[in-house]
Amino acid sequence: MSATLRFDNIGKVFPGVRALDGVSFDVNAGEVHGLMGENGAGKSTLLKVLGGEYQPDSGRVLIDGNEVKFASAAASIAAGIAVIHQELQYVPDLTVAENLLLGALPSTFGWVHKREAKKHVRDRLLQMGVDLDPNAKLKKLSIAQRQMVEICKALLRNARVIALDEPTSSLSHRETEVLFKLVRDLKADNRALIYISHRMDEIYELCNTCTIFRDGRKIASHPNLAEVPRDTLVQEMVGREISDIYDYKPRALGDVRFAVKNVEGHALREPTSFEVRRGEIVGFFGLVGAGRSELMHLVYGADRKKAGTITLDGEPIKVRSAGEAIRHGIVLCPEDRKEEGIVAMATVSENINISCRRHYLRAGLFLDRKKEAETADRFIQLLKIKTPSRRQKIRFLSGGNQQKAILSRWLAEPELKVVILDEPTRGIDVGAKHEIYHVIYQLAERGCAIVMISSELPEVLGVSDRIVVMRQGRIAGELPREQANEQSVLNLALPVQSEPTAQAA
Amino acid sequence: MEVRENISNTLVPSKNDKQKWWQQITEYSLIVIFILMFITMSLSVEHFFSIENMLGLALSISQIGMVACTMMFCLASRDFDLSVGSTVAFAGVLCAMVLNATGNTFIAIIAAVAAGSVIGFVNGAVIAYLRINALITTLATMEVVRGLGFIVSHGQAVGVSSETFIELGGLTLFGVSLPIWITLACFIVFGVLLNQTVYGRNTLAIGGNAEASRLAGINVERTRVWIFLIQGAVAALAGVILASRITSGQPNAAEGFELNVISACVLGGVSLLGGRATISGVVIGVLIMGTVENVMNLMNIDAFYQYLVRGAILLAAVLLDQLKNRGSRD
Repeated sequence: MSATLRFDNIGKVFPGVRALDGVSFDVNAGEVHGLMGENGAGKSTLLKVLGGEYQPDSGRVLIDGNEVKFASAAASIAAGIAVIHQELQYVPDLTVAENLLLGALPSTFGWVHKREAKKHVRDRLLQMGVDLDPNAKLKKLSIAQRQMVEICKALLRNARVIALDEPTSSLSHRETEVLFKLVRDLKADNRALIYISHRMDEIYELCNTCTIFRDGRKIASHPNLAEVPRDTLVQEMVGREISDIYDYKPRALGDVRFAVKNVEGHALREPTSFEVRRGEIVGFFGLVGAGRSELMHLVYGADRKKAGTITLDGEPIKVRSAGEAIRHGIVLCPEDRKEEGIVAMATVSENINISCRRHYLRAGLFLDRKKEAETADRFIQLLKIKTPSRRQKIRFLSGGNQQKAILSRWLAEPELKVVILDEPTRGIDVGAKHEIYHVIYQLAERGCAIVMISSELPEVLGVSDRIVVMRQGRIAGELPREQANEQSVLNLALPVQSEPTAQAA
Repeated sequence: MEVRENISNTLVPSKNDKQKWWQQITEYSLIVIFILMFITMSLSVEHFFSIENMLGLALSISQIGMVACTMMFCLASRDFDLSVGSTVAFAGVLCAMVLNATGNTFIAIIAAVAAGSVIGFVNGAVIAYLRINALITTLATMEVVRGLGFIVSHGQAVGVSSETFIELGGLTLFGVSLPIWITLACFIVFGVLLNQTVYGRNTLAIGGNAEASRLAGINVERTRVWIFLIQGAVAALAGVILASRITSGQPNAAEGFELNVISACVLGGVSLLGGRATISGVVIGVLIMGTVENVMNLMNIDAFYQYLVRGAILLAAVLLDQLKNRGSRD
């Protein structure tokens, strides 16, 4: 019996990077095939080959034993393949029904039959057991719901092979559960699924088979995933042994370095206060929409706060803009790397030097190119940023390496006092995560006060000295490291009125 | 180290490096096109390759060249300015009127440039702080400023009698007239500003990703205001030079000027999506525009047909921009 989908010796080269190197494996109907590997290992490139966005330089893609060539995304779709990317593709101002039928709206001579379209979509959604309003505009939906729309689009086209690229990276616990149920239903429906994730738990929970990538090569395929220990996977991904990925060691804490008092503003339900001591790492946990990022944007001066004071080393300071915060030694690594972090068209060096260059200007205006090159090269080495050179455009780097460049941007600040990290390891592989944790620890050792927002509970528990939990726009409680566990944190994070259904994975 | 090895390994150019090849082509395509065009014109068009004609060509592009420098910043920051043509006309009229009233060339020029700066400042402040779309804002100021020009001049050309002012426009250094020198200076100054200063780098960063730039501590609003303010000042200076050359301030001068300037920039590879601009590209863009016009005049092509050619060139330029983007997307 031939596999539903077979990759045979696929190769793809980009200028400066060998993205895929002789990759072969099978995906069978009725299985969820996990793909794991560090960022830049080639998983996303493989999906783009499958989706018809890239043409492989060598090798073949076979469906049911027949070779197929996808000259375009349309050709791939026509062959029954649906690739759902991390960055979702949708039209925010159109309705669910319109988005679902985009390109195939029922019409006569260009006149769209709206009612028919809606009815069709409603029927199909009902069939699939998905609770979505066909009339709702996409921009009004949550990210999870938008993802659902994307999956439904694949189902409406009756796709036989469905590939999901890190679908849960911006979902809450409960939303993830809904997604998982859908994936299991699809598996039971005998479709072939490819599932990319960095979260070990998810892979074990969902997948029968798992293939590991590293540096564009397939390292191993595990047909019976359940029998393979985690450490083996991690080792295969990273290429070396990582005993404890968090590697936490207690530190001596100093005086209160950063104090926020009674801050009020957008998305906060009540005046909010918190403190961070020298050398302390405070983890902020909460469900999506709990107001963590919004609070930090207020503190950082990126959004206007209505009231509240900020104290740094006992001195009250004014923070009215990001620029002012940075001059005080307060920095923020934003949550959305692509939208708020990198300048995609600029080089790695530009992205690193964008802020710190003001310290070595000549005549207050002219750049010191030599110094900037030094700084960029120093951090590329120090944080092991994988790039052909500092002159490479940053958009060609993998997510983990982009994140390291953003971290470098702030590490290059000479007097760093407070570091706010918003989802610093989202969408990043184990190896890079490990390295980023070590950077965080080093900053703490240097006496920085560190705030780390994360939606990954194990990470918050593993890295923080203290955990602040937010719920619906207010701080719900605080737990020292010793008292924090999945249960205690989730108890604070989950909305009170609903029954406690969500369980820690 | 394993990582190091890997990187050096992948750095070896491979056979299917089509994209790199394409990038090289597009990178230098403009210069190649210009040189080919220039040689062909020199050989085939009479009177083209003469010092006289070259100086005339340079003089004819001096206004577009100056304003293209600042428009480059504007486009690089992902903004747009349609009001420069009106500013040129208004500054010319104002300069002529102040000159006639005071008799002092210096005061007249300062007044015109100051007025241009104010127009630019208003543009920038409205766009940056009130967050109104640049296209709409400058479309509005384009109309308003054009109207102001007609109002203050009562719709008539304002003649200039000051000898000093007229001489200034005809002043030559080493046989090259002052407007050309000023344009050259602009190319150098704005080239340095773009590449060697925080102002230039911040402009590109804002065009590339405004939100990321803001969170990285760049004062996005203030930078935007500066971009427009400088643009207004330079446009006014161009207006003064024009007034000096035609010895009068014309309220209906420089119509369609803004589009010529934008065309030159786009032709020079400045991305309308922001974040990408080079001064060498802008220089070439301006030169191509000027050369085509000059040749059409030399060949006595009807002015009505010149519009068609200009339109075709702009379309070709945008197409080239598209192709470039396509080449570097993956």
